[in-house]
Amino acid sequence: MSTRLSRGGRLIDRSRPLTFTFDGHPYRGFAGDTLASALLANGQMMVGRSFKYHRPRGLVASGHEEPNGLVNLGAGERMEPNQRATVTPLKDGMVALSQNRFPSLDLDLGVVNDTLLGRFLPAGFYYKTFMWPRSFWKHVYEPFIRKSAGLGRVPEGRDPDRYEHFHAHVDVLVAGGGIAGLSAALAAGRSGQRVLLLEQAPHWGGRALVDEPEIDGTPAAYWVERTVAALEAMPNVRLRLNTQVSGVYDHGYVIACEQLDGAGPRQRLWRIRTKRIVSAIGAIERPLAFAGNDVPGVMLASAMRDYLVNWGVSVGDRVAIVTNNDDAYRTALAVHRAGLIVPVIVDARPNPSGELVRQARELGLRIEAGRGIAKVKGRGRVTGVSLCALAGEGAAIEDIGCDAVAMSGGWTPSVHLWSHCGGGLRWDEGQAMFRPDPAKPPRTHDGSVLVVPAGSSEGELRTGAVLESGLRAGAMAAGGEVLATVAARDAEEGPILPVWIMPQGAPTALKRKMWLDFQNDVKVSDVELAAREGFQSVEHAKRYTTLGMATDQGKLSNVNGLAVLSQSLHKAIPQVGTTTFRPPYTPLTLGTIAGVAKEELFQPIRKTAIHGWHERHGATWEPVGLWRRPFAYLRPGEHVENAVNREVLAVRNGVGLLDASTLGKIVVKGPDAGRFLDMMYTNVMSTLPVGKCRYGLMCSENGFLMDDGVVIRLGEDAWLCHTTTGGADRIHAHMEDWLQCEWHDWKVYTANLTEEWAQVAVAGPRARDVLAKLGGLDLSPEALPFMTFREGKLGPFDARVHRISFSGELSFEVAVPANQGLALWEALVQAGAEWGVTPYGTEAMHVLRAEKGYIMIGEETDGTVIPQDLNLGWAVSKKKADFLGKRAQERVHMANPGRWLLVGLETLDRSVLPEGAYILGRGENTNGQKNTEGRITSTYFSATLDRGIAMALLDRGPERMGQVVRVARKGGEPVEARVVDPVLYDKAGERLNG
Amino acid sequence: MLTLTCPHCGVQADETELSPGGEAHLKRFGPGSSDEEFEGYLFRRANPKGAHYERWRHTYGCGKWFLAARDTVTMQVFGTYPAWLAEPSDEMRGLVSGQRAGSGVEPGTPTEPEAAQ
Amino acid sequence: MVEVTLSAPLGMISLRGDHGDAALREAVTAVTGTAFPERLRIEGTSERGAAWMSPDELLIFVPRDEAVAAVARLSEALAGVHHLVADVSDMRVCLRLDGPGAREVLAKLSPADLHPEAFGPGTFRRSRLGQLAAGFWLEGEGARVICFRSLADYALALLRQSGRDGAVGYY
Repeated sequence: MSTRLSRGGRLIDRSRPLTFTFDGHPYRGFAGDTLASALLANGQMMVGRSFKYHRPRGLVASGHEEPNGLVNLGAGERMEPNQRATVTPLKDGMVALSQNRFPSLDLDLGVVNDTLLGRFLPAGFYYKTFMWPRSFWKHVYEPFIRKSAGLGRVPEGRDPDRYEHFHAHVDVLVAGGGIAGLSAALAAGRSGQRVLLLEQAPHWGGRALVDEPEIDGTPAAYWVERTVAALEAMPNVRLRLNTQVSGVYDHGYVIACEQLDGAGPRQRLWRIRTKRIVSAIGAIERPLAFAGNDVPGVMLASAMRDYLVNWGVSVGDRVAIVTNNDDAYRTALAVHRAGLIVPVIVDARPNPSGELVRQARELGLRIEAGRGIAKVKGRGRVTGVSLCALAGEGAAIEDIGCDAVAMSGGWTPSVHLWSHCGGGLRWDEGQAMFRPDPAKPPRTHDGSVLVVPAGSSEGELRTGAVLESGLRAGAMAAGGEVLATVAARDAEEGPILPVWIMPQGAPTALKRKMWLDFQNDVKVSDVELAAREGFQSVEHAKRYTTLGMATDQGKLSNVNGLAVLSQSLHKAIPQVGTTTFRPPYTPLTLGTIAGVAKEELFQPIRKTAIHGWHERHGATWEPVGLWRRPFAYLRPGEHVENAVNREVLAVRNGVGLLDASTLGKIVVKGPDAGRFLDMMYTNVMSTLPVGKCRYGLMCSENGFLMDDGVVIRLGEDAWLCHTTTGGADRIHAHMEDWLQCEWHDWKVYTANLTEEWAQVAVAGPRARDVLAKLGGLDLSPEALPFMTFREGKLGPFDARVHRISFSGELSFEVAVPANQGLALWEALVQAGAEWGVTPYGTEAMHVLRAEKGYIMIGEETDGTVIPQDLNLGWAVSKKKADFLGKRAQERVHMANPGRWLLVGLETLDRSVLPEGAYILGRGENTNGQKNTEGRITSTYFSATLDRGIAMALLDRGPERMGQVVRVARKGGEPVEARVVDPVLYDKAGERLNG
Repeated sequence: MLTLTCPHCGVQADETELSPGGEAHLKRFGPGSSDEEFEGYLFRRANPKGAHYERWRHTYGCGKWFLAARDTVTMQVFGTYPAWLAEPSDEMRGLVSGQRAGSGVEPGTPTEPEAAQ
Repeated sequence: MVEVTLSAPLGMISLRGDHGDAALREAVTAVTGTAFPERLRIEGTSERGAAWMSPDELLIFVPRDEAVAAVARLSEALAGVHHLVADVSDMRVCLRLDGPGAREVLAKLSPADLHPEAFGPGTFRRSRLGQLAAGFWLEGEGARVICFRSLADYALALLRQSGRDGAVGYY
């Protein structure tokens, strides 16, 4: 039984008891506990079931490498899956549920996978099983995989918490606040540069405070306290606890996640730019691979020591130690000092001899050298171990009773931050570890070294070397010299003996019970099978076996797995290499990544000056880029289709108002502006007289139509180009691109003044009457003929009135400074009341323009359409020597008479054609699909004509007027439609001349 | 995520403040050019593994276009300079070849594919 | 703490032209009464001053009721000089961030370096605030932000939420 000891626990406050529940059982803990330490204190060793075999799983570690202690945390909308119990601070009232078990942790039906199917679920099981027959994919295999995949439950409901980002620019970022990170920050801080020190835990000092070496002649805790105080006193240094450096990206971009505990946001994502990073994130102890190493009660030796020293929790009363190195003896000594029993220290080394070994001997602890564990006894809980010779095949020498096993296979430096941007590793034979290779550092934008490793993250395990490494790294990162040294004293250690499986000659039956990856149920036998099946690359073997996948990301299982793989392949470990370390170091919540951008702040919405009026008058919205434009204005109880029809008829028969403020407005000015616009547009703009308007087309250099709009000439050297709503920023950028990069010596300035003006289209036979009521500018046909504009006062407004039309009706577009926009609109509504002036939305605008056969960018065009396809050849200059797109339009395919060309369509049954539908050709293609000869680009119900109308691109369309074509319809027979002129209304154009 | 120093305003801009514009120093071919020339201008790109001259716009800043010489593998930036130059300056070429001494890679020239693993 | 409000309407003028041109420099300083703003600087304030937008663009601030006259004055002074001047008073809004937390509120949203060494009084920085394009500088007991008028509601909500989310304790 694990339990709380009556004394000890440097992190807990026994005066502050807390209560919590696990799987519904009420438990007690103390402030300062983690969920894991509190569970152990309550005797709850078993925390979950494994992924594949549903084997009982206990806590293995005490930090972020914990593979088993993943729980559903919280309740309701705050429930969160896969939270690591080992790094979750205990809070009063906390609710935790175990995962991956059904119906309960103690009685799990999925365990059948283990007992019956175990041998049938080998490496690559998914790939082997779910391949055939194909007909099973969707309805048999996928539901099965979905049900069994994943660990925790998906949260239900919206996340009620808030998150935020914070950007910081520093010279040196130190990741990790253990003694290596603290000394690095100290050295870097002395340079006066901007230093940021981040520590993932709620306290400084890291593991040094568990083992308590002597630093500067004092206990480590004092040194840590003094150093933190010194750093806090430096104005150029910032320190944060509870903040984990999560990923290192190119050019010194680093993200870190801060856990907050207050009324504000729940987490803060730090987005950091740094010149240099010191990676002082420590090392992770490796498990040993022996049969039954996954039985609850088998734990990393360092973790067992952590629970004892930090939280006053014993994992068992009789703790067997199994190791290949000296460090595990610290656990033996700590267990012994706590008054518990260490029945045996199983040491794989033939002659262990370090200082800690001597201390253990002197205390009379039994050491079995050259031995290994043949097998752990017990199922839901350790009951004993069988000893064997390490060199043998696992014949039991002796059974020893115990209720916990502390294992240590040596230490693996956490090289994640070193490796995220490509830092290389070297194999250290003496310490049996991969450590950062100083010859292959990750580099930043100027080619200099980006990451400097320090402490055990660099591969230094002794206190003195760790401190020295920290100071050196800090100074190096700050570009200076090491100015001070720190003396330290800890135990001398003997060498490690690499042990990858125990015993070395273990038969398959034992290897099937040796776990490498506890979370994903990957065993020694799986990796060996993968090697036999030809998976020689470590990256392939990882994916085939799932070793180190999911939340582990190579922390616990990586080195053991690849060592087993290398043995199977008869290669040296460095030849096999490691898998790639990728950010994040531990999972980030989506909320953290989104930051403040949720709910109403999810995405910016652009509003015109008249937006509020639209909102108050029943507008339904159409998103156009980030703009919201009224789609139609619904009267109470009115259906949207009826509203559109009403609006269309109002414009045709009376007068309507459209908020056209979103149209792009770009001023182009300068001595070379005319020449420049002649390059931008397919037609000639330089000859446009001052005061006049001209419709223009813009093509990309590839010849395709990209935007259109009316260009007006403001003065001798100034033009104003209207663009589509979505095109304003894009076209302005396009213009600047050509001006800055290609014709940089042309004297032209542009300004995107889109938002300076509000613009209202007043359209319909009564348009002039409405405007005349405002007074001011003479808008008579003589003073303001079609395709001209005038500037001046319109009533109280500073207006520019354009006589242009996108509806085919008499129409004026009135631009005023945006702050006058709402007043203008309201004045027009009032002035037009006697003629039933009707605000109309984008859908009515579409219907009106389609009735007139006017094209719309994004409807008739899709990036493959040239002006000639749309019968707009008249707007493409034949005279100009050059314009953007001219050369491209001379290509064979562009001039091919077999292109699909614009026509109008009228359905024979008056119905509305489906949007985007294809026009069917003759026969079928080689895939047995029907051939097509065109497609619908726009389709509406025309209230004016009382029938469905459409525009389409059709093979040789204009030659086929009067023919009947067949248009595909989903789930029904094709619809017959007659090919007609796209101008379906007022072909002579008399109305707009009214 | 890259940082590039905008040569126009001197800001060390974050990649999220920039818009990429593809390969730099393309020579425009207009009417009168051959199909091969036009195809080369419009579609053929070096896409090198190594040093590359490329276009960027400081969209969320001064709005100006500039060019960068960057190693597409190591992400090292040799320098940035205004976009109107038809060719990299000798100084820029020097920086690129100097930083890559011994590699013999000329920007825009695809390197040999790596030997099979 | 930070209070975020919409500034009263400002007179704003966009001027594009050669910053090395003596006539242009003189015309600008005559309107603003301040020094000519050099790279990444703002001279004066949002009441009257000028900010460096790009190597050939300035944003000139004058009291709102003087904007039309100032545009005319600039046009007159720059007759014969290649330039583009436009009254853009309605194109953007100015938001006030009043309070000592202004720097941190901006740093929550912008990738720009806002450390006092890099962003002090007189620095004018165009960058992003979250998904918005914006310009900002220190003024009074806080900061000022300009962005397109269509985004005013979003910008207000964004900055206010960032202010409400509290101090980071970094600056």
